[in-house]
Amino acid sequence: MTTRREFLVATAAALVPAAVEAQIDPNQAANRKAAFQAALRKIVGDSQLRRGRVKLELPPLIDNGNSVPLSVAVESPMTATDHVVAIHVLTEKNPLPDVVSVHLGPRAGRARLSTRVRLADTQSVLAIAQLSDGSFWSDSAEVVVTLSACLEEGLI
Amino acid sequence: MARAVVTFPAQAKRGEIIEIKTLAAHSMETGFRRTQTGELIPRDIIRRFSCTYNGTEVYRVDLHPAIAANPLIVFTTIATETGTLSFHWVGDNGYTATETAPIRVE
Repeated sequence: MTTRREFLVATAAALVPAAVEAQIDPNQAANRKAAFQAALRKIVGDSQLRRGRVKLELPPLIDNGNSVPLSVAVESPMTATDHVVAIHVLTEKNPLPDVVSVHLGPRAGRARLSTRVRLADTQSVLAIAQLSDGSFWSDSAEVVVTLSACLEEGLI
Repeated sequence: MARAVVTFPAQAKRGEIIEIKTLAAHSMETGFRRTQTGELIPRDIIRRFSCTYNGTEVYRVDLHPAIAANPLIVFTTIATETGTLSFHWVGDNGYTATETAPIRVE
């Protein structure tokens, strides 16, 4: 329940200039799309990004975007001559496109990662694997997020 | 003091692939949240995690604000020789955490 004090603080906050900055930028969607493309270019460069060999696992429906189990597995023999060098995960609509980058080698045994991430919106998530021969492989997953990370927790 | 938990089998056969689970206690403040008065809460996250096996780095992760609080990282490595596995977390505001544990390989 909102107390009288909390209401007054929130009302006062709405009037100060700092809160004006907190308003959603009208170009937000376009900016995030550009940031996603820039992050993708930074990883892949001019190489071709192909589908396959990577398996990205995410629950399709997410109640709470603050903690979402994510796992990436890449098909690779993981030998000295043929192994995965890096795994990257990117999102389209989070405030920052980068989620996680993993650097590994044949000593890892398998090219795998499991972690928990934050997702700000219903969106698609992209996992990219860079192989030792310089090729890039990817997989994407569409997720529906009902309670977003970042947005609803603006006031604490 | 920074707290972290690491679990993996204490002994393994030579050449076996072992799974390692790591968990660090950290709020992973994103830097996008605001207080009730509209001030931005500064970012405070773990930036990097690395695992070394007898001094050789086998796995390194760069973390971003999109990683949930108390970052969990699960990965694998090959049990090559008896020795120690050490785990290192580095973050904003001088955060560091280190864990080491022995492994016996037969």
